[in-house]
Amino acid sequence: MVGFSDLKEIFFVEADELLSALESGLRAIQTGAEGGDTVNAVFRAVHSIKGGAGAFDLKALVGFAHRFETVLDDLRGGRLQPESALINALLHASDHLADMVGACRQGLETDAEADERVIVQLELQAGRLPGAEEEGFTFEPLPMDGPFSFGDLGVSTGQTFLIRFRPHASVYASGHDPALLLRDLCALGTAEVTLDMADLPQAGSFDPGQSYLGWSIALTTTSSADEVHKVFEFIDGACALEIELVDRESPPSDQSLFGASSQTTLAPSPGGSEKASLLPTPERPPLPPPAASRNLAAPSPAEVSPTAPGKGVAPASNNGPRPTIRVDIDRVDRLVDILGELVIHQAMLTEAIEQSPGFGSVEVDRSLDQLRQLSRQIQESVMAIRAQPVKPLFDRMHRIVREVSMAAGKSARLVTEGEATEVDKTIIERLADPLTHMIRNSVDHGLEVADKRISLGKPAEGEIRLSAAHRSGRIVITVQDDGAGIDREKVRQVAIDKGLISPLLELSPQEIDALLFLPGFSTASEVSNLSGRGVGMDVVRSEITGLGGRVGITSQRGQGTILTISLPLTLAVLDGMVFDVAGQTLVLPVSTIIETLRPDGSLRHSLGHSDSVLDVRGRCLPLIDVGTALGFRTSLSQGEGEIVVVVERGDEGAIALMVDGIRDQRQVVIKGLEANYGQIPGIAAATVLGDGSVALILDPNDLAAVANAIPRPPIQHAAE
Amino acid sequence: MSLRVLAVDDSLTMREMLRQTLSEAGFNVVLAEDGLDALDRLPEADPDLILTDLNMPRMDGFGLIDAVRKGEISARVPILVLTTESAATLKDKARSAGATGWITKPFDEKSLVSTIRRVTAM
Repeated sequence: MVGFSDLKEIFFVEADELLSALESGLRAIQTGAEGGDTVNAVFRAVHSIKGGAGAFDLKALVGFAHRFETVLDDLRGGRLQPESALINALLHASDHLADMVGACRQGLETDAEADERVIVQLELQAGRLPGAEEEGFTFEPLPMDGPFSFGDLGVSTGQTFLIRFRPHASVYASGHDPALLLRDLCALGTAEVTLDMADLPQAGSFDPGQSYLGWSIALTTTSSADEVHKVFEFIDGACALEIELVDRESPPSDQSLFGASSQTTLAPSPGGSEKASLLPTPERPPLPPPAASRNLAAPSPAEVSPTAPGKGVAPASNNGPRPTIRVDIDRVDRLVDILGELVIHQAMLTEAIEQSPGFGSVEVDRSLDQLRQLSRQIQESVMAIRAQPVKPLFDRMHRIVREVSMAAGKSARLVTEGEATEVDKTIIERLADPLTHMIRNSVDHGLEVADKRISLGKPAEGEIRLSAAHRSGRIVITVQDDGAGIDREKVRQVAIDKGLISPLLELSPQEIDALLFLPGFSTASEVSNLSGRGVGMDVVRSEITGLGGRVGITSQRGQGTILTISLPLTLAVLDGMVFDVAGQTLVLPVSTIIETLRPDGSLRHSLGHSDSVLDVRGRCLPLIDVGTALGFRTSLSQGEGEIVVVVERGDEGAIALMVDGIRDQRQVVIKGLEANYGQIPGIAAATVLGDGSVALILDPNDLAAVANAIPRPPIQHAAE
Repeated sequence: MSLRVLAVDDSLTMREMLRQTLSEAGFNVVLAEDGLDALDRLPEADPDLILTDLNMPRMDGFGLIDAVRKGEISARVPILVLTTESAATLKDKARSAGATGWITKPFDEKSLVSTIRRVTAM
């Protein structure tokens, strides 16, 4: 059984989906890309949020959503045109609604003043009188107390109503059952009911689907007239009905009652009427109409179906619209952990078997191979459970662009690509903050103001292009703006002014760009409270590296800047190449490896006293000895570093790594080091090998930096 | 013999709520997420009562009522509409579409169950 708090959580999860649909729908309307149902879908989103919020008594949310919905209804009905000012106000309201939902989720009160301001703004834009409500709307549930809960049964004091009731012939077609009304009516007090069968046709022309009957009821009850009317609430309009208060104290005599009834439309035709007292004794509690009277009435489905045998419960599988289950993320995580152990033990088993005398038999070999494939399939399936498209994350960025561009007085739009790209859920969650910051930066610092853009021959509206793609076993996310590009002279000057670098230091353009990732660096001439918010690009960088990723920046003056994040697809398992360096076992992600070779000594060229390059088919790559870079050795002995692994480093080109020997290629389980050791330059993580030993997983890009082959911590040196 | 209710709402929250409330009241509940889905489930659900939201994608509540009333299965089953508006126009519209009654959202458990009992022989 679902509990109340679970229901509430379901509501909030659903509200998030609705908010996202609302926003993307509004955006579609804004760009004119909407389909026929977009406005309806947008309306429905707000409407559903209102409905759910009402159920949980979130009054502020209900009120806001209702007024929001009213404007959307006008838009839907064509009474409003989707002009850009209106759409902007709607988007603003949608953002605000999202904030309100967020606040409610945390159990906080929303800021009533801000709520009012936003909705009034929207209403004014929509040409409505702020706060004007259509008639009859109420947030309170309608009181619909069951008829059994009141009425002093069996007591003859109270008021007497004379009710004349004749359902239209077609009443059954709407699912009504007059017998039920009589039952409910009788439950209010004591009733004397007279049946009018005057219109009952001959048996031959009798249509069981039609109603031919009328009733006169003298009801003595302590209930109010409203309560009596309430019984007929639903059927009103599908019947002829008169309710008349005839006596305040005592029930009328039969004579007076039926004398009155003879003058009404229910008047019995001569010979065709029959008087039946359904509840003749006032002392007895009222009963449902006896079977006799019900049998006279045409059978209604409501009477027949519940008693029909053999209609069991609908199958459970039919009980939910979609065959999905919601699973606690912890359970999936546990599965991932166990899977990691499985991969390790499978490697151990393989190793043990390979060293046993029985190895070499085809069956064993095939079984091992199958086991390997199976565990890989399990791994992929588990990863698929955790994988989610980046779309929701990207969708959130639209709002960031809107808010920042508005606050910065710029005009900008966000274009997203590759939204369907799937990434591990944990990565997506931890990506939100850095990505938000990068987007803010791009709008705030990257784009020029509209006037300047026009003078430069660019479109007035700046464009931020956010894209995601899978590239060689990693996910690559880029944030590209078409703004001014990095002003390297200014960046350098700022760094000097802040004492971050020495004015004497000669820096390459890439090195200057990298300055932006320095802790506490801010390029904005005046400190902007938009991109600022106490977070610098250095935090972005450390968050991304924390995910095993890298951030890169490239920029062209006047053309714009591209920030690139490259991340592992998963945080759990990777395909690794295992090799030896100076007696240590190390692992490189296979996805980064371009080739391995054993180069001739003549292909190595020294550069300066410590650096060297390798000529790979005419291309010179920085050559790094892994052992030296990681401090395992200071120089190469005979037979060491003879094998070279060429690895790629994203956009920065390949590097060549010297190792001593290659062992094999296998799946390794990534075990983070950061929790225990902090971040170690050049090392991405560790893993446990088949023989139980621990091996470090290298981060080739970082390794190059450690080896000082590319100047990534030149900055750090300079700064210290 | 418990009452079979086909509850139709595009909101997962509402569906879960209806499922919970109606099951607790001892009804058998079949859920559908819009009018078309409800029509698909109708033969098997064989409901004693249909409870439907009005504003839904693909086929809304009015469409569903119309299809049920004109259809061959359960054509005369009581249909209650769930609506957030208590405005009279909407009630009239629901009524003329062939609805048996309505329940105004947000509803409480008691009112939901008692309204269902009002239009069914339970």
